[in-house]
Amino acid sequence: MNDGTAGGMSADEHTHGGDGELAVREPAGLPERFENPGLPEHRHRMADVDPKAAKRAERQVATLFGLSALGTILVLVFYFAVPLKPDGGFVESLSRLQASNLLLGLALFVALFGIGAGAIHWAKTLMPDDERVEYRHPQRSSGAERAEAAQILAQGGAESGLGRRPLIRNSLIGAMALVPLPMVVFLRDLGPLPGDDLSTTMWKAGTRLILDPEGRPIKAADMAIGSIAHVLPEGIEKVPDLLEEKAKSAAIVLRLEPGLLDAAASAGAYQGIVSYSKICTHMGCPVALFEQQTHNLLCPCHQSTFHVPANCKVIFGPAKRPLPQLPITVDSEGYLVARSGFTEPVGPSFWERG
Amino acid sequence: MSQTTSGKLAAGLGNWTDERFGAAKVVKGFARKIFPDHWSFMLGEIALYSFIILLLSGTFLTFFFIPSAGETTYQGSYAPLVGQRMSEAYESTIRLSFDVRGGLLLRQIHHWAALIFVAAIMVHMLRVFVTGAFRKPREINWVIGSLLAVLAVLEGFAGYSLPDDLLSGTGLRIASSLILAIPVVGSYLSFFTFGGQFPGEAFIPRLYTIHVLLVPGIMLALIAAHLAILVLHKHSHYPGPGRTNQNVVGYPFMPVYMAKAGGFFFIVFGITALMSAIFMINPIWAYGAYDPSPVSAGTQPDWYMGFLDGALRLTPGFLEFSFAGYTLSLNILFPGLILPGILTMILIFYPWFEQLATGDRREHHLLDRPRNAPARTGIAAASITFYVLLLLGGGNDLMATHFHLSINDITNTLRVLVIVGPFVAYMVAKRMCLGLQRKDREKVLHGRETGRVFRTAEGEVFELHEPLGSQERWILVQHEALRPRELPPAVDDHGVRRPGSRLDRWRGRISRFYFQDRVEPVTPAELAAAHHDHHELEQISGEHEPEHEPEHEAVTARE
Repeated sequence: MNDGTAGGMSADEHTHGGDGELAVREPAGLPERFENPGLPEHRHRMADVDPKAAKRAERQVATLFGLSALGTILVLVFYFAVPLKPDGGFVESLSRLQASNLLLGLALFVALFGIGAGAIHWAKTLMPDDERVEYRHPQRSSGAERAEAAQILAQGGAESGLGRRPLIRNSLIGAMALVPLPMVVFLRDLGPLPGDDLSTTMWKAGTRLILDPEGRPIKAADMAIGSIAHVLPEGIEKVPDLLEEKAKSAAIVLRLEPGLLDAAASAGAYQGIVSYSKICTHMGCPVALFEQQTHNLLCPCHQSTFHVPANCKVIFGPAKRPLPQLPITVDSEGYLVARSGFTEPVGPSFWERG
Repeated sequence: MSQTTSGKLAAGLGNWTDERFGAAKVVKGFARKIFPDHWSFMLGEIALYSFIILLLSGTFLTFFFIPSAGETTYQGSYAPLVGQRMSEAYESTIRLSFDVRGGLLLRQIHHWAALIFVAAIMVHMLRVFVTGAFRKPREINWVIGSLLAVLAVLEGFAGYSLPDDLLSGTGLRIASSLILAIPVVGSYLSFFTFGGQFPGEAFIPRLYTIHVLLVPGIMLALIAAHLAILVLHKHSHYPGPGRTNQNVVGYPFMPVYMAKAGGFFFIVFGITALMSAIFMINPIWAYGAYDPSPVSAGTQPDWYMGFLDGALRLTPGFLEFSFAGYTLSLNILFPGLILPGILTMILIFYPWFEQLATGDRREHHLLDRPRNAPARTGIAAASITFYVLLLLGGGNDLMATHFHLSINDITNTLRVLVIVGPFVAYMVAKRMCLGLQRKDREKVLHGRETGRVFRTAEGEVFELHEPLGSQERWILVQHEALRPRELPPAVDDHGVRRPGSRLDRWRGRISRFYFQDRVEPVTPAELAAAHHDHHELEQISGEHEPEHEPEHEAVTARE
């Protein structure tokens, strides 16, 4: 034995014959590969040999369990002692909530952690810690069992007659293939067909631009150069599907030096005031960030960047198409109105969009 | 007296269950089952326990949450929102946070447990991957685990979409746009999913059923199968003295693992409660109710969705094409559906890919040390790098504002890195593994450095090395260094191409990719030769280190 440390326990006997431990001897008398030295000798813990240490560990475990019980009681105490105050002031109720959450959470932590730490300390100090060995068996069944199983299956198959009666087999396959169909078809009424809902908004010629969320119309004179406003079509608050309409119609209006705008942008502008869809052409987030210095609109979701003077062309990011322009003018009272609806579908792309 | 009473009770109960369910057989087969011990085996446990915590806390939340998009006016105790119109889902979530004692705590426990759940699954998968625990006979359990990982992410997304706040609504808007981008049927699928135009009122009750019934039900079944297969195969274990491919070395389920694993559940639950007490998560009252028009800057999804968001941010817009009146948005489809689809497929089928390289059909119960499978560890490093770079991409706006950098520069840099980085990471990790293997060889052959310098009478100076004991050595020499497969030649003696030789050419390539670079473990002959070379030195060190005399003698005895 070249092994001064290995325990002379049973593990030694079954370490041979594992893969990669072939005990093929070379001519020199050395094995081709090292041999598994077997389990190391078991080292006793303090609590195994010293009854005092065991007693100490026992007390520690019991203390942890006791701590947990204390935690549970504290949870109950805090639950009743720290009521949330619905009628108190805003700050008062918020600080009550914060205190309640903190105290309940901490006490619950003690209640749960005490049990966990106690149980694990118990296992580690007092339960047996000598490693034990269990044998594995290959998953593959024995040859006889496999043959028997194959025979059973063959016999069962033959008794069913599926091979001999193709008419039954084929009609069964056909019926089984068809039977899920109703379940799929029943899903049809999950929603209406898209129709032109994705391509139309409630903007039309003469619709006033109203401020979002204030709801009042804007005069051209209210828009200073470099200013921006979030707008909705007038009358939107009366439509039945408000959020759905908002998700399409939300727009941005801003005013730049008229000279900055290129020809395409100017076509829908009124004295340097331009309006564009606020719904990102990438994934539909509101394009809500305006950089005054660069005249760029930036989508906060995926950072698509649209250059307003170039008719909101995409200059960076994952979007491909410019934000659709809403051509605007003023009505007889000087309020900003749409000259027409959007001339193309707003928002994210879809197959039939064109 | 009580001893006898409880003893009688136990005997009665045992008899009752055995006569009805044959309980004795179950106890005999299971109670003393041996499980090996290692800290990395607790990662999967954390995932399992988080799932239980999610079921418990989630059930509590369902008692107060109203899964409805119906409009209501807020009248609760959070003053800034009083009088506002909002969905019942949002209103009930605010109410359960502000007006139900312990409601906020349970909501935060639910959210933190979800974040921990997905994180634990991912780290657990990484452990299983780098140690080769997915090899035969555990391939199907790897597949089940992969499905669970995907379901966990979807379940998390469905869950945080339910409160109908501004952040979750924006996430759903992105999901609806992703559906819209699907060729041909996208707009139809989106209208069916949302019951019409986005957002509609149908999605909250539908998502609720998916979140509390459908997905958890599937996950519960898969977890049961995952654990049943684990018990059937017996847990794999790390190599070590006395541990072989035919045994499992560890502690019995009863009582050791009952106490340890049971206790660990309470620890995980306790830590989750502590985090929920101290750290605020998802303060939906601060975001406001969903409205398609406003959005807050710096919007971030839960962390596990971050890599997909990053992929969407990094993909340039020119990938959208219009032709013949139709639009194909590959700028959305590629990062949002195709890439995650491909990644999932690679994940699921990886065990069979590696089998192509090894041609190995044996059962493997001994885990690999990651360094001993350099190519596989390299693939893991490449995957982590790819994932982390996408995750960083999902935070490109935060990086830009925090570090005062240009968002365009960050995005462009990440676009390059996300392609180059994984290759670099693969090379570095693989070289590190080979280096570590060489270090292992060195240690076996020449012993451990002692830090003591010795000078001979001739003035030669060297460091004394202490030979390894057989126990310590075993871990460094026990592994197999697999070689590239030797496949039969493509043409036979008559120059006729052998059927299947084309596939074999690929097998050969993959096999060389894995095993061309390798370091063989030290053999006894090599060690003996090394000892022979250093015989004089060993004798000197032996004189100074009498406690290592037996080892020295053992070697000389062989010579």
